[in-house]
Order: sequence, then C-alpha cells, then structure tokens
Amino acid sequence: MSYASVLIQFLNGLASASSLFLIAAGLSLIFGVTRVVNFAHGSLFMLGMYLAVALAPGVGFWLAVPLAALAVGAFGAVAESLLLRRLYRAPELLQLLATFALVLVIKDFALWAWGPEDILGPRAPGLAGAVTIAGQRFPAYDLFLIALGPAVLGTLWFLLKRTRWGMLVRAATQDRDMASALGVNQKGLFTAVFGLGALLAGLGGALQIPREPATLGVDLQVISDAFVVVVVGGLGSIPGAFLAALLIGEIKSFCIGLGFSKLTLVAEFVVMAAVLVLRPWGLLGKVRAEVRGAGALEPPLRLPSRGALLGLAALFAALALLPALHAGYTLVLLTDVLLFALFAVSLHFIMGPGGLHSFGHAAYFGLGAYGAGLLVHKASASMGAALLAGPWLAALGAAAFGWFCVRLSGVYLAMLTLAFAQITWSIAFQWDAVTGGSNGIVGIWPSPWLSGKTAYYYLTLAACAAGIALLWRVCYSPFGYALRAGRDSPLRADAIGIDVRALQWAAFTFAGFFAGLAGALYAFSKGSISPETLSIPRSVDGLVMVLLGGIQTLTGPVWGAALLTWLQDAVARGVDYWRAVIGGVILALVLAFPQGAAGFLRERFAR
Amino acid sequence: MTVLAVKDLSKSFGAVHAVHGVSFSLAAGELLAMIGPNGAGKSTCFNLLNGQLAPDAGAIELDGRSIAGLAPRDIWHLGVGRTFQITATFGSMSVRENVQVALLSHRRRLWSLLPLAARHGCAEADALLARVGMLEQAERPCALLAYGDLKRVELAVALASRPRLLLMDEPTAGMAPAERDALMRLTTALARDENVAVLFTEHDMDVVFTHADRVIVLAGGALIAEGTPQAVRADTRVREIYLGGADD
Amino acid sequence: MIEVRGLTAAYGRAEILFGLDFEAQAGEVLVLLGRNGAGKSTTLKTLMGLVPSRNGEVRLHGERIDGLPAHRIARCGLGYVPEDRRIFTDLTVRENLEVGRQPPRAGAEPWTPERLLRLFPSLEAMQSRLGGRMSGGEQQMLAIARSLMGNPRALLLDEPAEGLAPIVVDHLAGAIRELKAAGLCIVLSEQNLRFARRVADRACLIERGRIRASGTLEEVQPAYAR
Repeated sequence: MSYASVLIQFLNGLASASSLFLIAAGLSLIFGVTRVVNFAHGSLFMLGMYLAVALAPGVGFWLAVPLAALAVGAFGAVAESLLLRRLYRAPELLQLLATFALVLVIKDFALWAWGPEDILGPRAPGLAGAVTIAGQRFPAYDLFLIALGPAVLGTLWFLLKRTRWGMLVRAATQDRDMASALGVNQKGLFTAVFGLGALLAGLGGALQIPREPATLGVDLQVISDAFVVVVVGGLGSIPGAFLAALLIGEIKSFCIGLGFSKLTLVAEFVVMAAVLVLRPWGLLGKVRAEVRGAGALEPPLRLPSRGALLGLAALFAALALLPALHAGYTLVLLTDVLLFALFAVSLHFIMGPGGLHSFGHAAYFGLGAYGAGLLVHKASASMGAALLAGPWLAALGAAAFGWFCVRLSGVYLAMLTLAFAQITWSIAFQWDAVTGGSNGIVGIWPSPWLSGKTAYYYLTLAACAAGIALLWRVCYSPFGYALRAGRDSPLRADAIGIDVRALQWAAFTFAGFFAGLAGALYAFSKGSISPETLSIPRSVDGLVMVLLGGIQTLTGPVWGAALLTWLQDAVARGVDYWRAVIGGVILALVLAFPQGAAGFLRERFAR
Repeated sequence: MTVLAVKDLSKSFGAVHAVHGVSFSLAAGELLAMIGPNGAGKSTCFNLLNGQLAPDAGAIELDGRSIAGLAPRDIWHLGVGRTFQITATFGSMSVRENVQVALLSHRRRLWSLLPLAARHGCAEADALLARVGMLEQAERPCALLAYGDLKRVELAVALASRPRLLLMDEPTAGMAPAERDALMRLTTALARDENVAVLFTEHDMDVVFTHADRVIVLAGGALIAEGTPQAVRADTRVREIYLGGADD
Repeated sequence: MIEVRGLTAAYGRAEILFGLDFEAQAGEVLVLLGRNGAGKSTTLKTLMGLVPSRNGEVRLHGERIDGLPAHRIARCGLGYVPEDRRIFTDLTVRENLEVGRQPPRAGAEPWTPERLLRLFPSLEAMQSRLGGRMSGGEQQMLAIARSLMGNPRALLLDEPAEGLAPIVVDHLAGAIRELKAAGLCIVLSEQNLRFARRVADRACLIERGRIRASGTLEEVQPAYAR
C-alpha cells in the first residue's frame, strides 16, 4: 500500500466517521436525557435518506438535506410527545419495545411510500466532482463530510456547555426529578432533546444519499453500527461518540482498502472487545450509578402450588394428545409455538432471574440452527447428532460473547448483545462459502422416521418441555437463587462471597445452549435456514414474547410465545403491511399494559 | 486476642492522600467506633478493609493472616461480615432466603443446579433469625420490610459465615432513637457472645459514646486520636474539628 | 403559608399517607418527626409533586398546588432539598446554583449567588468545583443554596442533618435559623430529636402515614421517645 493510498483510505475513514458520529451523537443525546435507548434511531436515519431523495428533484439537493433533517426532527418531537412521554415511568425494556414497534411501522411506511427498490440519490451540486490528493482522486463531497463532523461536534459542545438550555439538559440528564423540583420543565426539555436527536439522525441520512442509495434494510444496519459506536465511546458522551466513530470509521476503511472487506466485522469486533475489557464504560464514558428509582420491585419466586403443577401437567397431556384429534397445519403451528416457547423461556432465564437484558438472543438460536444445518450439510451428520451438537455451537458462542456482556449491565449490556447478534448475522450473511450467504442452507430434513408432521411434533414437544422444565427448575436451585441475589443487590452478593460475574456468565451460556436447541429444532422443522434466523427482528420477537407474557412471571414467556407466534402467523398470511400491524399491536399493548399481560392479570386479580 | 491489625495503611487518589499511615487494632468481642469529619477518609478506610479498594501501602491482618488487596468475596469467606450504610439485601427474596443464600455461599454450594435452595439450612437460618429477632418475619420479602428490620436481616446474613470481624458502615443511620439503641444493644450482645470484633463508623455521638468500647478519630486521612469514649470526648483537637459545641 | 388538608398518597397500590393535616406559617420551622418509613419523605415528595397525591388539598400562599407537575410547584415558590441532596455531580457549584434560578418574587429580597455565599461562606472558594467532588456537608449547603435560587416562599428539607459531622450540623442549624429570620417558611423532616430541638418551632409526629400528635416539640416528644 503506497503512502498515497494510505492517505486516501484515511480520508475515506474520516468521511464515514462523520456520518457514524451524527447518528451516534443523536442516540447518545436522547439516551442521556430521556433514558430511552431509541431503537428507531436507524429508522429516522432511513427516513432522512428517503425524504432527501424524494425532495431533491424538486427543491435541489442543498435545500433537500436541511428540509429532510427538520422534517425528521419534527417527526421525532411528535413521536416523543404522543408516545414515549407516556412510557417514561415504564420499565426501560418496554420503552425499547415501543421504539422497536416504531421501527416496524416506519419500515412499512417507507415500503408503502417509496416501494421496495433501492433509490439512487443525486450528486451534491458543486461537490459532485473529485479533487486530486497526493496524485489520487478523492470525492469532493467526502471532504465536505469530513469537515462537517467536527463542526457538528463543536456546535453540540457549545449548545450543551455554554448555553443555559444545555446546562438544564445536563442537569436533567443526571437527575430528572431533582431538575423538575427546581422548576425545570422536563416535558419541553425532553421533547426538544428528542427532536434534536432525531434531527441529527435525519441529517446523517440525508447527507448519505450522494454516497449510497436509499434502501429499506439500512435502518437495522445503522442502528447496530450506532450501538457499537456508543458503547465504545461511552454512553452519554458526545466527544466519546466522536472518538469512537473515528476509530471505527478508520478501521472499516482500512480493512476495505487492504482488500479484506470480509474482515471488517472481525476487526470491529476485536476493537470493541479490547475497549470493553480495558474500559468497560467506553473510551470517555463514566461509571454510572444505577438510575434512581429504577429497579422495579421484583416479586418473590414462590414454589409452584400443587394446583399450578397439575395445571402444567394437564397442559402437557393435552398437547401430547392433540395429534390424535387434529392434524395438519395446527401441528406445524404448534411446533413453532413450542420451540419459540423454549427460546423465550431461555431468554427469560437470563432476563428475569439473571437481570441481564439481552437484545441479541437470536444469535444463539441462529447458531444452534446453523450448527445443526452445517453438520448435516458439510459433515453429512445424522439428524440426531446434529440436533445434539448444534446447541453446543450456540453455547460456545454464548460463552464467548457472554464473557464480555456480563462485564456490563443495563442498556450497555443490551446494546452489546445486539451488536454481537448483528456481527453473527453479518458473518452468516457474508460468508457465502460456508453459510450459503443470503440464501442460507437448504435441505436440512429430519431422519425419515421423524419426517412426518406428527412425529416431529412429538420430538419438539419432548425436547422443549424437557428444556423448559429444566430451566424452570434451575430457577429454584441454589444457582438460581444466587443469580437472583446478584440481580437484586450486586453489592450484597459480593459481600457474601458470591462471584456474580461468573454466575451470570454461566447462566448466559446455559441459556444460549437452550436457545440453540430451539434453533436446531427450528432448522429441521423448516428444512432450511437463512440469516433471518439470527436477525435483529428475531431477537426482538424473543423480547416481545417475554415482555408480552410478563417478565415477572415464570410461565409468562410461554404464553407470550404462543400469542406472538399465532399473531404473526395469522397476520403475515393475510395482510401486506404486516410489520406495521404487528408494530401497532405492540404499541397498543405496551401503552395499555406497561407491566406485560400476565403481570397485568396478576396485578388485577391479586387480593 | 487481636482479630484485626492494621499497620500504616495508606491510599491515595491522584494527589489526594485519602488515608495516610493509619494503624490500629481490634480485639475479639470489642466494639470500636471510627469517627471523623465528612471526607476524613473513613469510607476509604472501610473500603480498604472490606476489599473494595486495594491499599497503596500498609498491612491488614485478620487473625494474623494478610487480607490486604483481596477481593470482597474472598475476604468474606475468610470471616469478615458487613452491613451497609444504605441496607443491601435481596429484595425479591424472603428474610429466610436471604440468610439461606448466605449459608449456601459459605458452604460453597451455589453452583448446584438441581436441589431446591429453599430447603437448605432452614433450621440454621431460623436460629440466626431468632438471634436477631426476625424469626416472626422470616417469610416476608425483604422489599417490604421496615428499615430497622432490614438492618437486623443484614446482621443475620453477616453472621451466617461465622465471622471473626463485623464491619458496620453507619449502622444506625436513618433510625429513630429507640431503634438505634436496640440495634446497638443487639450488636454488643452478638459481639460478646460470638466473640466477634466489631468496627463501625457513626455520626450519632449518642450511639458512639454509649456503645463503643473504644473510639478512633480520623481527620484528613490520618489518625488523630484514639482511646476510650471519655478520653476522645475530652480531646480538644477532636472537639475543634469534629464535635463542635453540639455535645452539650 | 403551607396548608395541607386530608392529604393521601400511594405508590402503586400501597397506600403510604392517610389523610394528613398540617400547616406552617412564614418565618416558622415545622418539624415532621418520625422514624424511617413513617412517611415523612413521602409527605415532602407529595407536597413537591414528585409523588402524586390521591386526595386532599395542598395550598401554598393560598394557591392550590396539589396535582400540578413538580416544575410548576417549584415556580409557585416551593423549594425542596431531598434527603440524599441530589447534587448534579457533573455540574460545577456555580452551575448547580444556576439550574435553580427562577425570577425574583415581589416583596422579597431576591437570592443571588453572592447573597447565598454570604449565608454559606464555605462554598465561596469552590465555585468552579464539580458537585461530585464535594464532601457531604458541602453538598448539603449547596443543595439548600440551589433551591433558594428559585426564591421560594417555603422550603422543604428532608432530614438535612443526616450523615453530617456534629460541627457541620452546627453550621446548618445556624443557617436554618437565619432563613427563618428572613421570613421563609420551613418544613423539615427529622428523626433525630437532638437536631429537631435546635430548630423547631412546632412539630408533627408522623407514624405509619398518619399524624399521631402535633404541637410544640415538648408536647410531641413523649409520644416519639417511647
């Protein structure tokens, strides 16, 4: 690599760092004040892209960009005041769920408004050409982007550090209630901050259109990039986000420049891992005390009554007898319900008793599926062997990722798990030679004696019921108690000799194994797997199941899995814009039952 | 018999000498109060003893064995129990379960996956709860307990490992006068019966002068006075920088 | 100045306050005496609008303030100093004060940073220090100064002496007497009789969310010490 091409790659890195910074800064800002991790931030970026592309032919590029940014900012402010404002007192997971519902709605809106095809944007008039730097041609527009990043950083710094508004934002970031007790109007402040953050995301998207086409898939890609930047830079630190964006932009640029574009993810992962080991709170982040008033009161875990055990046994018996009465599509659907129930219960195991809020649990579901699929496909293993071995790949993945994750807590952990899941997804998506890329692996069929719907249903019922029963049982064991102890009070747990981190790591791995088992069962039930099995929407499905059922109950995830699987099946077959419908349903449920459905029922009928 | 021996303990944060050359010792069954102005180094000193911080220099010996720089959980296994200024218990668990978890940890049984934890050591847990007067409330979740009762639960949890030393950070903070007295009387009784050494910090001088056997005074990170409550109370320097005129 | 009638409040389903009645005048210190968990902190938070009230009325200077959001209550002239001070640790002392700034109130000398530094001289030297780098006593002074910047008519202090060295408590008691002399109405929660005795004009004893006794401290004290 010549000196000149090093320089060009360096400049390329700076340009992509600028757009990374715009989105991460908005995310960080919004989180700082409202404590909401805005999952829809990538969608706002996407909206900015589409709006700018749509506006540019009419008003010209240079006017389209600020207009698109302002429109997205206004949309953010409206979404905050109509929706999120009602959820500030709800558990943070439900807030996340609500913003994810927005992701679904916005995606379908974009699909409806602009269609499924990628749309190329215009060049930036005046900066369409290239300049010659060290003998190489470099796009003039990218130089503009390079200058913009520091300019935005400077503006934000001035706004936050030198104005009264910024001072109030910083005060509210630390302690909202105290700020309002001093006469600071939180509502207006929150809406303004949310609008500003959304505006930054929209601006980032709008500015991207000369470089890449507007596409529907960009939302989740951007959000996971932004999560990585924010985690590496330190949540709530704008300069940290800038530094991290530079670091990651450069790494990506040099990996591509050196011809190792496939290594980008690995390099990104290594950097993130290194930063988190050395500085768990990010480059410029501060160790945050737990947010005041958080830590919703967890209910005690009582041994199930005789009646409850009998009820579960009756349910199992009914499920076992069902094929005698009914066959056909119901069994296929119930097979799905069962394996997603196992998936949801394994997620609940780390989220409920463990207090580890994972946003990337699908990674382990997918690793189990791919583990089994690859064994069949590459090693011609039998179904039995693949089914037994697949989950171990998931456990291995969970152990590797979990080692980092348990060093963090709260939303940091959520973001990190999501970033790991996205990395796993990208590997499955890009590594054509092994994983089959976007086509995935086809032809993973069960052994002949299990290939009937009914036989496979029984296998799934047995495996899932056993897995669920074991996960539930462990909750009552000394291990489960110690896990809850570490969640309730890490301080006290440490003071009585409990190695909280080691326990959480083990629990993470354990849960990963069962998610992998569910994934392996899924692979054989469908006969094929694609990267979708470990995509972010799949992870969110798990969360919706757990939260819908109520995280505070042991059986909740099972009901949540049944409800969501049935809903998706019913809606996806009958409606074009099913994502928006599911998003709408999630929003309605979150707004109506901020404690989850089962939690709501218990609250309602207790006493 | 000396349980805890601290020699020339020092810890700096940047240029600030938070604790500087502090030495003292503590005998079994003795209650030692550590007092001093806000920011005198009491918290740092406490955190050095319980393993939250590692000292820059100096020795901490428990029964003649060095514990300086060990992790809090290892220090607990060696016999140092703690109570916190703001009580820390497992809110989703019952009072009895809190003690059971401590017993399980003491026996290093936390990694077993199948037995029912709620069946472990019930009798012992109840004996400890009876000792601190919490047996009647054994079934209640800690999240619902009154503050003074949580302090008692913390004591029972701390006793589960049969500790040699009990570290209590402002044990009576946030309690009414009658509760303060009751808690400190209980602590004294436990210390004498179980032969446990107790080190506590406290801002309430009524508690200090009524219940401590000995008092040490920290200021600016250094030990400035040590002795019986009467002697410390009469010390002009201590009056000047800490007690003020409130003591009449 | 502050008039409370039949105030009830609850966290979720758990009721915490059951119909409190009390009032406090300008230039008076009312002490809410009670143990931890009796409902003192909740009472102050409910007055401030940080915990929603279920029933009853709260009047400040004759104006209904119950049901208003906290920032409106603050602007009506109620200051609040929480138990754990809640200093903005990432802001400097000067900025902490500025966050609390509200327009002056007619008929009262406005509070300025300069006037506050005369009341709490120890803050003078540390104006550009971060709130997180202060000792507990300094934070308490700052927390009081910060709420005074809003030019309140009445001040709520939640266990102001808790965790402070005796000599700092001396300064605090002095400052509270000065504020009283300046005509402020002060409602203060406390469980320490020793401190209550030094500042109280009148007292209410709160037990399990109800007022058990009220009157002078001497009248209330026997029911508490028991």
